[in-house]
Amino acid sequence: MEKWDNNKAWFLVLPVFFVVAFSAIIPLMTVVNYSVQDILAPGQGIFVGPEWYREVLHDPRLHEAFLRQLIFSFTVLAIEVPLGIGVALTLPSKGWGVSACLVILALPLLIPWNVVGTIWVVFSRPDIGLSGVTLNSILNIAYNYTADPVDSWLTVVVMDIWHWTPLVILLCYAGLQAIPEAYYQAAKIDGASRLAVFRYIQLPKMRGVLMIAILLRFMDSFMIYTEPFVLTGGGPGNSTTFLSQFLTKMAIGQFDLGPAAAFSLIYFLVILLFSYIFYTVITNLGKGVAK
Amino acid sequence: MRLNTRQIVLLVYLAFLLLPIYWLVNMSFKTTEEILGGFSLVPDHFTIANYTMIFTDKSWYMGYINSIKYVVLNTVISLSVALPAAYAFSRFRFLGDKHMFFWLLTNRMSPPAVFLLPFFNFYQTVGLFDTHIAVALAHCLFNVPLAVWILEGFMSGIPREIDETAFIDGYSFPRFFFTIFIPLVKAGIGVTAFFCFMFSWVELLLARTLTTVNAKPIAATMTRTISAAGMDWGGLAAAGVLTMIPGAIVIWFVRNYMAKGFALGRV
Repeated sequence: MEKWDNNKAWFLVLPVFFVVAFSAIIPLMTVVNYSVQDILAPGQGIFVGPEWYREVLHDPRLHEAFLRQLIFSFTVLAIEVPLGIGVALTLPSKGWGVSACLVILALPLLIPWNVVGTIWVVFSRPDIGLSGVTLNSILNIAYNYTADPVDSWLTVVVMDIWHWTPLVILLCYAGLQAIPEAYYQAAKIDGASRLAVFRYIQLPKMRGVLMIAILLRFMDSFMIYTEPFVLTGGGPGNSTTFLSQFLTKMAIGQFDLGPAAAFSLIYFLVILLFSYIFYTVITNLGKGVAK
Repeated sequence: MRLNTRQIVLLVYLAFLLLPIYWLVNMSFKTTEEILGGFSLVPDHFTIANYTMIFTDKSWYMGYINSIKYVVLNTVISLSVALPAAYAFSRFRFLGDKHMFFWLLTNRMSPPAVFLLPFFNFYQTVGLFDTHIAVALAHCLFNVPLAVWILEGFMSGIPREIDETAFIDGYSFPRFFFTIFIPLVKAGIGVTAFFCFMFSWVELLLARTLTTVNAKPIAATMTRTISAAGMDWGGLAAAGVLTMIPGAIVIWFVRNYMAKGFALGRV
């Protein structure tokens, strides 16, 4: 059905516009303002034009952080998505087990992000943590996430998998629930194997929710900050310093307002590009359902 | 036999999920000496001292009250501005609607770290620094767009004939909206409230930056456990356990709609 043409609908949108303008446009304009000035003292700035952009874009530390960020995002996606699909397929479809599983699965999503970091600190510390002690004393694997870059990187990845795979599972499960029973019966009559059912019935039906899951996970992992901050503080060295960490260090730690602002805008534009892809995918998805 | 392998996979995964949480709960019932002194799967000297410490120390329990205050404020603000807007997006075509909708989404996707510094300066300039309303407004950055998106998804599922019939029957717009339409999207409103609650509850970066004393969230209070005498691991664990409880309670009410909300109302 067609939507009604009515420009007066803008009045209904105005409150949202004002709130978001207050919390997004004004701050963003401040960032733009900072990014072209050299701030010597509060209220005292010199216009420097695109200098900060040039400096930031040629900063090798930024290139490293960006590369690290991309590797991290793709690693967690490559593990979380197949794992999420796999677990979603094993969930029961009716009975009390459904509610129990859903509640347990959603639990990590509702834990404040720094507490997630804390949980993994106390879980993997070599002196008091369950996994830390088990790995070191019982399995005799030298493991110390605060000193060894590889251990620390792996711990952050495992933590992210622990934290966010439930999101993929919940979305896939919702997709699976939407498949009518008749499809499975038809497959049974045709003598389809378990694999064929997955490949030709379940996977196509999950396509929509999987797209949402992948894009949400990609974007959220792209701006991960709190969990690695609590767990490793970006170290040892710079091995777990991702983009948000890098930016926060620059803005709050060193108070380099100009470069930090320029970097913020570049970061924002990258995210904007991804958002556009996301938007296109999700709106086309809606059209597909309507048909 | 296949059913069994399935169940084993599921159980292994749930064990992986629950192990770190179990360890935190286990530690919260131990004294710090016991935590550092030895390794045990259950507390030898079961104690609730860590919890009594939190509930009797004002600077600790005020953290929880502060967090809940700004989370509730944020949920109320987000829902009340998002409801009419979501209705407009789901029913009308108007100048610039698609651009507006996209712009809202970009705010949900923008990294809070980008807004950190400007927020800090801005709220200090307007004199809202270290208040609950400042954090609530800052969290609107990602919660209002999210609320509009989820609500729009739910509202689009309600046939437009209902609106038409109501208007033909002579209902005014506000009367129709509050007495007919809102009860119809109750489930959607519930899920949206849940998501606003959730994202405001778990966010720390902005909440910590915008507060110092009066509105300090519990998540930031937890950094206090590092003192001259070393880490108070027991207290830290107990505080962590307590932050999980509000979430666990609200999940129960929305468990059947949760996935639809994560898909932004579009399953």
